[in-house]
Amino acid sequence: MAGGQERILRRRISSVQSTKKITRAMELIAASRIVRAQARVRAAMPYAETITEVVHDLSDAGAGANNPLLNPRPEIRKVALVVIAADRGLCGGYNAFVQRAAEASVREHTRLGRQYGIVAVGRKVESYLRFRDYTIDAAFTGFSEQPSYEDARAVAGRVLGPFLAEQYDLVEVIYTRFVSAGTQEVVVRPLIPIEPDPPAPSAEGSHGDDVSPAYDFEPSPDAILERLLPRYVEARVFAGLLNAAASEHAARQRAMKAATDNADDLIVSLTRVMNRARQDSITTEIMEIVSGAEALRQNPVEQEPDRFLVPADSQELA
Amino acid sequence: MADNPTLQVQVVSPEEILYEGTAEMVVCRTSDGDIAFLPGHMPFLGALGIAKVRVLLPDEDEHVIAVHGGFVEVSNDRVLVLSDVAELPPEIDIPRAEAARQRARAALDLSEHDEEATEALARAELRLEVAGVAESSAAS
Repeated sequence: MAGGQERILRRRISSVQSTKKITRAMELIAASRIVRAQARVRAAMPYAETITEVVHDLSDAGAGANNPLLNPRPEIRKVALVVIAADRGLCGGYNAFVQRAAEASVREHTRLGRQYGIVAVGRKVESYLRFRDYTIDAAFTGFSEQPSYEDARAVAGRVLGPFLAEQYDLVEVIYTRFVSAGTQEVVVRPLIPIEPDPPAPSAEGSHGDDVSPAYDFEPSPDAILERLLPRYVEARVFAGLLNAAASEHAARQRAMKAATDNADDLIVSLTRVMNRARQDSITTEIMEIVSGAEALRQNPVEQEPDRFLVPADSQELA
Repeated sequence: MADNPTLQVQVVSPEEILYEGTAEMVVCRTSDGDIAFLPGHMPFLGALGIAKVRVLLPDEDEHVIAVHGGFVEVSNDRVLVLSDVAELPPEIDIPRAEAARQRARAALDLSEHDEEATEALARAELRLEVAGVAESSAAS
């Protein structure tokens, strides 16, 4: 009886141990990928900064007054929300935070009497939002952990075309910004119409000596801008994807570390329970032997030993 | 820098900085034609076609980069090339580019107005040209 419990506990401990091996491996994988993902975020910075700078220089030159990608529409009927999260779970609250932000954003736009369409990036967000009957216009899956620029181009293309065709009047992107390995925050940013970020301080410095350089353009500023702005949107989406990927790895690493720690705790407490159970069964056994011997010694002549032992034993087993 | 002016050159793609260095002259092709930048060039912003960008180094050597469309910005002796796809000669897969050229030519034989194939052919030829230049300069 008591031995049975010990066996069950032993089985549970070994199951927790093998789970721990998995979570530990996932933790280590995630940790190594954070570094790589972070490096990719950093590697994408020069392009993003330069393209921002160029957009500024162009708009300083007066280009783009009529470009639809730069000018907010007077009336906003339909909003596209690009929601970027993970393909896989097992990363703590990472997906849930993004989903919550997306839901809040949908509520806000609905309250303002606007329609919305979601462009989901990541399998988890897609199934979550689809299950709750949100309008999903498009879904991209399969690259949340290692997005390439091609992926960013596909996502950007999916909103750029409809925006220019006036199916969308505003495009927002929701993703998790990677601040540091310890901090990530969910942000909602307008994507189109474009509100160029102010140029980075370093870029400002290099422009410092001549205040407003009079540029030579080839072809015309408007023509360049027309070709440049879609690239700019792609670069923004790409930055979002890279940040999300880095955040996903960080979230997964943290979640898996917690799981590994919990498995350790569980193994310790289960081992204690198991040891106590084993000790209990040993104590019970000793008690039985001692009391049996005691009974034998008290009346050794009244009954023949072998006739006494057999029924007593069989009773004990039953 | 004042005695011997040079250009700071950077070629960046969305994924990384592809090339960084100093140069005496940079030659590239915009949609209106070839243009060369020397130190002290006035600020310039242009859209690039599918063409090579030549970076002439101070020691009379040169680097050639295959740039498949993009933009160039020049200001304060800084040349910035922004490109979705740009390759240095060692990165070019010559057999693949040759295969791509064959395919594009075959497609063009079928219909002369296949824009995609025309572009693919331009890319393949650029790759081969740049890779070829690299071989001869490596040999010298």
